[in-house]
Amino acid sequence: MSETIRDSSAADWPLYEVFIRSRGGLEHKHVGSLHAADAGMAVEHARDVYTRRQEGVSIWVVRSVDIVASDPGEAEALFEPARDKVYRHPTFYAIPDEVKNL
Amino acid sequence: MYTQALDTHGREPVAAAADGSGAAARFQARVDAEEKIEPKDWMPDAYRQTLIRQISQHAHSEVVGMLPEGNWITRAPTLRRKAVLIAKVQDEGGHGMYLYSAAETLGVSRAQMVEQLLSGSAKYSSIFNYPTLTWADVGAIGWLVDGAAIMNQIPICRCSYGPYARAMVRICKEESFHQRQGFEIMLTLARGSPAQRAMAQDALDRWWWPSIMMFGPSDADSRHTAQSMQWKIKRFSNDELRQKFIDITVPQAQFLGLTVPDRALRWDEGTQHFAIGPIDWSEFHAVLKGNGPCNRERLEARRAAHEAGAWVREAAAAHAAKQAAREHGAGTGQARRA
Repeated sequence: MSETIRDSSAADWPLYEVFIRSRGGLEHKHVGSLHAADAGMAVEHARDVYTRRQEGVSIWVVRSVDIVASDPGEAEALFEPARDKVYRHPTFYAIPDEVKNL
Repeated sequence: MYTQALDTHGREPVAAAADGSGAAARFQARVDAEEKIEPKDWMPDAYRQTLIRQISQHAHSEVVGMLPEGNWITRAPTLRRKAVLIAKVQDEGGHGMYLYSAAETLGVSRAQMVEQLLSGSAKYSSIFNYPTLTWADVGAIGWLVDGAAIMNQIPICRCSYGPYARAMVRICKEESFHQRQGFEIMLTLARGSPAQRAMAQDALDRWWWPSIMMFGPSDADSRHTAQSMQWKIKRFSNDELRQKFIDITVPQAQFLGLTVPDRALRWDEGTQHFAIGPIDWSEFHAVLKGNGPCNRERLEARRAAHEAGAWVREAAAAHAAKQAAREHGAGTGQARRA
């Protein structure tokens, strides 16, 4: 086997998460991830990997290690407080049909 | 595609509870209910390993797949064909990137996968070990090879593993132009001079059987099918997908006025399907074992590219380190803050 395959340069560049704004007025949305040596390169790679067909007008990249995520194992407890508060939805309130504009 | 570096706030899910207890049953129930499994969810180790193997092989196939077509970029017959072929080859590279990212969410690193490809320990689709001898081969690859790939990949858009399914949705959207441009090349040749028609026929003669074999061993000999189906990684068996491909492709060959190189091929009124002659599996296994026409050439090309690019990777890393030091490790390089 070739030596260069196994040397330390084979260590991966940092991982970045990529967010794309598909057109003006819309939010940036997560589309995927890629490796890059730095943030500038991550933006350029994101353009080549995720916008070859004009999928975006703006790109955000963020180091994956900088993202803090909720734990799926704790999802039940984390989201439980909202479960019994149906009164936060307009459909909870019964209004007679003849009342308009409400 | 979420990634394994996307850390959770709390502890890792307790995998120890897996064996014997209800974890495996709960996992299967989620899969049965068509819920998507995400990177941080508990999953059986065999499920994880199966996906790592399948997704990385898939990624390698995309990357190695650039080689046979890249062979014709400088010799494409018109500027339009050349621009299209460059775009297609670039797409294949992009597909490899989506898939490597998806595999990384399962805990394997990009460097590990690249090493497995370069050392020859990882497999990739055997179809890319055949040579592209004429321009018509570029047409045949788009039409048949990408056609077979689409047939294989569309069901994977519904795969139980979220990152893989999402990568496949993106890939399938982009793949359909690949197949159409290939068929257009075949159509142009088939309607051209006798020499061009002969070139198209020759390409079909050489690519037909390898394309048929792209669907893998027949169901009777396929080791992984039953488990993959239970896990909803796979939705149709190899033979089912192969038959679909044949039923769709044979009329297309007839439209082109070309002859499918199979004397036993016939329409079966009873089954309402095309029946084909026996497949020469010894060829498939030989190519898979490394003895196809181009196995060594493909790996050598990948190794040469990797080694020749080493100084670029080192320079980029050195530049990034210098920039980071200059900005006291707090900057975002040349990119603007959002």
